[in-house]
Order: sequence, then C-alpha cells, then structure tokens
Amino acid sequence: MDTQQQLDEFQKRIDNGETIEPKDWMPERYRKQLIRMMSQHAHSEIVGMLPEGNWITRAPSLKRKMVLLAKVQDEAGHGLYLYSATETLGAERRELVEDYLYGNAKYSSIFNYPTLTYADICVIGWLVDGAAIVNQTMLAKSSYGPYARANLRICKEESFHKKQGYEMLAKMADGTPEQQRMAQDAVNRWWWPTLMMFGPHDSDSPNSAELIKWAVKTKTNDELRQHFVDRMVMEAEAIGISLPDPNLKYNEETGHWDFGDIPWDEFWSVVKGDGPMNRERMRARRKAYEDGEWVREAAMEYARKKKLREGKAS
Amino acid sequence: MSTLDTIPKTKQESLVEVLLRLGDDRLIHGHRLSEWAGHGPELEEDLALANVALDMIGHASSLYSYAAKLEGKQDEDHYAYFRDDIDFKNIAMLELPRVDFAFTIAKQFLFSAFSYFLYRDLIDTVEDEQFNGMLQKHFKEIKYHLRHSREWVLRLGDGTEESKKRIQSAFNDLWMYTGELFDQDDTEKAAISHNLYVDVTSFKEEWMKLVKETLEEATLDVPDNDQYMFSGARGGRHTEHLGHLLAEMQFLRRSYPDAEWK
Repeated sequence: MDTQQQLDEFQKRIDNGETIEPKDWMPERYRKQLIRMMSQHAHSEIVGMLPEGNWITRAPSLKRKMVLLAKVQDEAGHGLYLYSATETLGAERRELVEDYLYGNAKYSSIFNYPTLTYADICVIGWLVDGAAIVNQTMLAKSSYGPYARANLRICKEESFHKKQGYEMLAKMADGTPEQQRMAQDAVNRWWWPTLMMFGPHDSDSPNSAELIKWAVKTKTNDELRQHFVDRMVMEAEAIGISLPDPNLKYNEETGHWDFGDIPWDEFWSVVKGDGPMNRERMRARRKAYEDGEWVREAAMEYARKKKLREGKAS
Repeated sequence: MSTLDTIPKTKQESLVEVLLRLGDDRLIHGHRLSEWAGHGPELEEDLALANVALDMIGHASSLYSYAAKLEGKQDEDHYAYFRDDIDFKNIAMLELPRVDFAFTIAKQFLFSAFSYFLYRDLIDTVEDEQFNGMLQKHFKEIKYHLRHSREWVLRLGDGTEESKKRIQSAFNDLWMYTGELFDQDDTEKAAISHNLYVDVTSFKEEWMKLVKETLEEATLDVPDNDQYMFSGARGGRHTEHLGHLLAEMQFLRRSYPDAEWK
C-alpha cells in the first residue's frame, strides 16, 4: 500500500511541476490511470489506420495517395511509441493489445464512423487531427515524462496532417459542385462525433479530477472542447464550409462560441460498442492480429534457432 | 506498349517507354503493398511495408513525371489514372492479389533482387542525366527493400513448419511469373541501342544465384525452372487482376476528371 507520506511527497513533486520518470516512485493508482490512458491512446492510433486506409488505393492523385499512405504510416509509428511509452510503466504490449481486441480496453470512438467519400479523408485530417492536437498539446505537458515526450513528437506530425487535410478540403470547397457537395456532406457527418472526442462533460467525467490533480491532464474536457470550437468556427468560415449547428453563436460576454447540445446518447451508445463501424473495426483488427500470429511465431522461432547456432559456433 | 502500338523509333520514344515500364512496375507493386496498411502481422511490419509502398509509388511518380514532361502530358497522374489495362507495362507478378504475408515477401524479394541488378547496371549505362539521377536515388532504397525482404525469407523459411510451408508455396506459385523478368522484346532492344536500357539476360545468372543462395539458406527448395512461364504483360497481355486493381485505383479520378485533386 502507498503510505500517506509517499502520496504527499509525490503530490508535492507534481505541484512543483516536476516530471515523473519511469524509475521514480508513483502511486499505484497513478500508474494504472496512465496505463489505461496511454494504451487507449495507442489503440486509437492503430484502429485509426482503418478508416483512412480505406482510401489509400482510391486516392485521386499520386500525390494524395502518398500523403495518405504516409499519414497512415505515421499512425502506426505513433502506436508503436505509445506502446513503448506504456511499457515503461511495467505493462506488456501483447497484453495491452489483447485487452482491446478481446477485453474491455477502449479506443477513440471517432474511428467507429465510416469514411464514405474522399472528402472524409480531408475532414479527418482537419477536424479529427485538429481535435487530437488540442488534446495532445495539453498532454505534451503531462506530468509523466515518457507520455509527455511521446505527445510532443506526435503533435508535430499531427500538425502536418491537419494542414494537409485542411488544404485539400479548402480545394474541394472551392472546387467543382460535386467536390463542394462531398466536402460539406463530410463536415456534416463528422462535426458532432469530433466534438465527442473530448469526452463527456466535466460533470460526467469520473476520471478528470484525479488526472488533473496529478497533472496528467491540465485542462478539462469542456475547456478543451470550447477551445477547439472557437478555432474551428474561424477555420470553417475561411474556406466557405458551414458547421451543422444552428445554435452556434458568438457570445460577447464570454468571448467564446456557444454551441448546441451534443448528442450524448449517440456517444454512449458508440462507446458501448453500438456504433456504425465498431464491429467491423474490431473484426478487421482481430483478423490482422490472428492472421499475423504465424508470422510472429516464425520470427521468434527463427531468432531462437539463430541464437542457438551462434552459441554453438562460439 | 499495347499489342496495337509499334516499337519506339526515336530516342525520346524509347526513353518514355523505359520510364513507363519502370514506373508501372513500381506503381502496381506499391499499390498491392499499400493494401497492407492497417492489416500487417505486427506494427513494425505495418511501418516497413508502408515504407516500401511509399518508395515504390514515389519512384513511379518521379518516373512518370519525367515521361509527362517529355510527352507534353499534364503530369504524372496522366499515366496512373488515364490509361487502360492494355496500356500498362508492368510484369504480371506485381499485379497478383496479396494472398498472405509470405506471398508478399516472396514477391518482394524476387522483384527487389531483379530491381537491384537492373538498377545497378542502368546506372552505369544511362547517359540521360535526369534519368540517371533518379536511378541513383532509387537504387539506395532498393538495397533496403532487398535486405528487408531477404531477411524475412530467411525468417519464414527457417522459422516454423507453418511459415516454411507458406513461403515455399508462395515461391512455387510465383515461379511461373519469373520468366517474364528476363523476356527481352524489340522495345527493350531499341532502348538498349540508345543506351537507355540494359540487356536483362546479362544478369539473369547473378539473379538466379542470389535467389538460389537465399532459398537454400532459408532451407527452401528452388522451384523447377522447367515449367510453364507466363509472358506478355509488358506488351499489355495481363492477368485478370489488373483490371480490378485499376478500377479501384482510377474510379474517383476518372469520375471527376475536371476536378482539381492535387
């Protein structure tokens, strides 16, 4: 059990703005919360490869094909170093992966929506990566060193992805009538799910207070969401895209944009597994994992034999 | 060239032909590799396969881009998106569906080994500066592709019983498509006369030696050369798979040809 003295000293370090490193003492609960959050982040990167991967073979120019492929590759990279960062807390990648494939671990619900047209790829870059950046910019200041550093690196790449998505969306919004139609339709479909990415209202977010106390997070879900909306309203306007919320209105008093009610029923339903693509996403990931089993086994067996041979040779 | 076209007459026509042959191989191969994104056997391989796919599509894009300049076409996309099956000049092996990881690795290895010798000799032969510059840049990446796929051939061949069975059967199934690597037609002969291509049969033995040594080290059997060999894809006689690949790749661009997509 963690003693009160240990907890107090730990809290003091946090309050002084110190960074916690893998070998430092930390409360069990802090470790658990971080493993949950970080692995969830890693799973999201991996599942996130699917909706975008859906358009690699159909991307409308070689340039866009390479941009998309590189983006999906970056996501695999993010997943990889987030898993590595999580392993510094004593977790094992295989167990973490199996926990979302066959257990209860979650990943971001945004990836349970389908990518129907190429405009979805642009909107994912703009809105979804835009929301992720808001979140990860905060997490780059997280009290846990390896997680903070992973987020710093991820943010740099995500900013690039967001720029690419926004640029192409701007072109579509300024393009042929068919392109404009696709662009607006995609924004209409992705807007509300993107707002849900920041998680439930602070009043319904059981983990928030604790994570803020430990400086894993430094802002609440609602603060981050508001920051995002304020930015997106301007960016949408700049490219002639409208956001599908009749209640969006600038509030002179607060200096922020007020927005309509988020469809929370839909959010909770998707979180629980009942979204348009949950089952398919899981099937695809399980299939990749199970189809890959013999490859991983072969690599291990080969390494074992090689080591044995080298041992004999010396 | 399709069966309807004639052999290039001028040096420039030859150069365009060579650029497109190399480009088509790389685009089609890159396309199949890109299908792995998000579905690889482990995260590290998702990264590696996407990396090779990106190199391949990148190489194709620069080769096409040069061809477009020579032919006065708008850009590299013309060749990827607005040609039909019979216009594509890639070898058939590269258009085959991906099947499983063993099949992808075997294909990658056979093709990378071929590309390695081809590019090595092209760099010594090609006088066109822009083309030679591309070849040198791409060659560095081809060396990595060859090493990566060779290592996996060893792992799978000398891994478990199942991996051995799978990679052996991949090589057996792919073997009938290897003959085409060394088919030499009049188009190639014309390009050779302009110092724009090399006699591929001149490094066939080296290629075979590398393949044999690798397969033997991987405890695999080298498939029988004395069997039916597919041929003709460079001249437009493809398998049925290419049409489906192109339908997928080209549909959006062709549906809205007047739209800006770059």
